Amino acid sequence: MNTKDIALKPPMQPLRPDINPFAGVDFPELEKSLRRPRTLVGLLLSSLVSAMTLMALVPLFSVLLMLLWRGGQRLSLAIFTQLPPAPLEQGGGFGNAILGTLIMVAFAALISIPLGILSAVYLAQARPESPLAGAVRFGAKILTGFPSILAGVFAYGVLVLAFGGYSAIAGGVALSILMLPTIILTAEDSIRMVPAKMREASIGMGATPTQTTWMVLLPTAMPGILTGIMLAVARAAGETAPLLFTALFSNYWIFGGGFDLNQPTASLAVLIYNFASMPFENQVDLAWVAALVLVLLVLITNLIGQAFSRRQIQD
Amino acid sequence: MPDINPISRPPTRSQQIVDTAFRLLCYGFAWLSVLMVAFIMLEIAAKAVPAMRQYGPGFLVGTTWDPNTGQFGILPEIWGTLYTSFLALFIGTIFGVAAAIFLSEGFLAQAVFHILKAFNLQFHPMLGKLPDRMEAVLKNLIELLAAIPSVVYGLWGLFVIIPLIRPACNWLNLKLGWIPLFSTTLTGPGVLPAVIVLAIMILPTITAISRDALVSVPPKLRMAAYGMGATRWETILAVIIPTAFRGIVGAVILAFGRALGETMALAMLVGNANRISVSLFSPANTLAALLANNFPEAAKKDVGVLMYAALVLLAITLFVNIAGALILQRASAAQEGGKA
Repeated sequence: MNTKDIALKPPMQPLRPDINPFAGVDFPELEKSLRRPRTLVGLLLSSLVSAMTLMALVPLFSVLLMLLWRGGQRLSLAIFTQLPPAPLEQGGGFGNAILGTLIMVAFAALISIPLGILSAVYLAQARPESPLAGAVRFGAKILTGFPSILAGVFAYGVLVLAFGGYSAIAGGVALSILMLPTIILTAEDSIRMVPAKMREASIGMGATPTQTTWMVLLPTAMPGILTGIMLAVARAAGETAPLLFTALFSNYWIFGGGFDLNQPTASLAVLIYNFASMPFENQVDLAWVAALVLVLLVLITNLIGQAFSRRQIQD
Repeated sequence: MPDINPISRPPTRSQQIVDTAFRLLCYGFAWLSVLMVAFIMLEIAAKAVPAMRQYGPGFLVGTTWDPNTGQFGILPEIWGTLYTSFLALFIGTIFGVAAAIFLSEGFLAQAVFHILKAFNLQFHPMLGKLPDRMEAVLKNLIELLAAIPSVVYGLWGLFVIIPLIRPACNWLNLKLGWIPLFSTTLTGPGVLPAVIVLAIMILPTITAISRDALVSVPPKLRMAAYGMGATRWETILAVIIPTAFRGIVGAVILAFGRALGETMALAMLVGNANRISVSLFSPANTLAALLANNFPEAAKKDVGVLMYAALVLLAITLFVNIAGALILQRASAAQEGGKA
């Protein structure tokens, strides 16, 4: 049957021409009108939800604008090279705090990245459904919601009390506890997302599971793993609570008396906390600058992580 | 066929040894990370045992904290932790779920599409992608709220929120002071500024997890509701939210766990006053803030007491987090069942 035949067919007749099939239908009732309650309620709820979502974003912009306004004024090179000022002193900076944050986050990364990735390899590849895998996953989930201050309490109990002093090492250990779950869970996810055919091809060529892991799984999953690492680093850099009584604070450079990780160490986050409640204008200003630097650090790390995640290969 | 260059061959002996060694290493590291979690919990518990023996359960209901006389009680802190967390959860849930609905139901994309359609640009090669792009940007902005460190929120609360709300709070106290909620004036740090900042901090958690739950509602349910003539909001309220309800509850409980354990914003904004009050404007204290303020200068003999307080916090958050995780797990299992 071609199109011409269809066009020539007479229009379909109703079976019972004497009955109007639309008799009971109130057509105006079917039109969308704001005078009807259900339409009106819908419109009201839509506007309400839109307004609330916009309101949820107000704090974000308020924080960012305040940081740029109050922190941007004092931003200069001296901030990065000088030491924190005494209460009535003018000027000063927090170079030691930036360095301290970087050192402690790097130390935490050195612990948590190998531990996290190898655990994730076990989870995703070696024995995905064993009881141990379940336990690792459960532990990681518990740590995700673990209050950050308790990580500090733990490091205090194990390291500060035992070795008799506040140190960058204790701070780094506390931070590594907070980085671990993010790294394990994202690394497992991204290793699992490697297409099965790639893994099977590798095994089919006679590669051992280890070779498959190193030459196929990890390189393919690398963008996702790096995203997880970047998110964990960003979180650790901004954490204050675990550092308060593990690394404490220091007004001096960490390499002042020879490079020694076993001494109280400054960090940006603790500097903000200490200076925020000071009555001295100069220190409060520095707290704002430090907050600006910290947020920039965290946001840039986050953005790098997101850039990696766009390169993840998926099935 | 020995003369063909083999691109595939069985592993050599040394490769097998490396393989076994690496697998053992992964196995060991997996054990290590489990043991570490267990060790963290046990360590805090073990350090708290001496203080538990000394002060017993009376520690949980005592109301004084005085290192000089050796009297310790954390009832005001437990009250403050639960009170601020519940209030923050109330505000955070309302806004967080609203944002999740807004993000999952394509409100923004539709609005942008309508605007483009008004200019007849909806199929423009570049602008046509705008609706989806805007949705993604908005989702990232909400998630950005979670990226800002809590100490920065604390700083912002001190210098922006407190001056902003203080006139309104004191006016409420003046006019409606007979209501217990408004029974004191806001002199500086207090419950309300802490609750506002806490609500902002837990909102991204609620939004992200609730949005996942809303998005994973099977499309056929939505289509069926539309097919029966339901409006968009009738579908949302009567079909989508009930189906995703468990996921939303899980999100709220996990956010509650976050709020209970949040330290810095509260240590800076809650006022650190050892008192029990229902007034929104009175200073209070929380367990995490107590730890943050007392640990740095604690004498050796008082560390045990703080460890006891830490153990109480650990027990509360652990309970809440496990409950949230279990509910989410069951929610996604039910969701899987619905798809089949």
